[in-house]
Amino acid sequence: MSFPGLINSWAAMALMMIGFYAVIAHGNLVKKVIGLNIFQAAVFIFYISMAKVRGGTAPILGDNLTLFSNPLPHVLILTAIVVGVATTALGLSLVVRIRDTYGTIEDEEIRAIEAAE
Amino acid sequence: MLAFLVVTALFVVQARNLFVSVMLMGIFSLLVAGLFVELDAVDVAFTEAAVGAGISTVLFLGTLALVAAKERPAGPWKPRMVLPFLVVGATFALLVYGSLDMPRYGDPNAPIHGHVAPRYLEQSEREIGISNVVTSVLASYRGYDTLGEVIVVLTAALGVMLLIGRGRRFPRPRPRPNETDLE
Repeated sequence: MSFPGLINSWAAMALMMIGFYAVIAHGNLVKKVIGLNIFQAAVFIFYISMAKVRGGTAPILGDNLTLFSNPLPHVLILTAIVVGVATTALGLSLVVRIRDTYGTIEDEEIRAIEAAE
Repeated sequence: MLAFLVVTALFVVQARNLFVSVMLMGIFSLLVAGLFVELDAVDVAFTEAAVGAGISTVLFLGTLALVAAKERPAGPWKPRMVLPFLVVGATFALLVYGSLDMPRYGDPNAPIHGHVAPRYLEQSEREIGISNVVTSVLASYRGYDTLGEVIVVLTAALGVMLLIGRGRRFPRPRPRPNETDLE
């Protein structure tokens, strides 16, 4: 049985599901954005776990070092973190805009206002 | 570390005070950064610490200053509330099932370590002249990715400015329905 071998992936999946739950079950828009952030961090952990080589070191070349973890996922995730913050900023500005128009950021209240019109 | 992360995430989602949620998100990001150091991804770790724990928190706090910082308390229990749990549980089960035939953690023979990664590790010092492989891949081999990233950031900045910039000159909040009823 390979229980310890996949524990990182499973933890990442659990985090993903926590974020997913926040997105689908919470009506508050800021909470939804927070959920997306958690989901995103879980994907990062998943990727970086894949890059790890047992006994390897960080991919910075130096004397007497021969075994390195895979640098490619690191690069991809580095890019993804910055893009993630950009999208978070855009999402939050949408939230602010919605709040200015409707006076609330609760999903159901917005729907009620829409229905009342 | 992983257990800490899961517990923190649970509290983030559960907290009804959004300010508490945002502060816990900062702690969460810091834990993620620590985990990345553990997994040999030092460059990613300091980006996460700076951008995830720093800039994100500032963005969220800025938003909370403009919107209400309290989430509406959950109403009385309804059968409908079980549905998200079912969806999440089913998805989790599927993901775990799918992970069973994945390469094990730290396996040096996993397919991901084939292909271009060994070439980067062996040749990049001679070809690029930087000892940090992540930097040379980011700036040179995959430079177009980074250019695309910069374009995304520019687009997002433009979007934010268009949405809430320039003194927010759009109409003030419309009267709520119950307020109009009183008039």
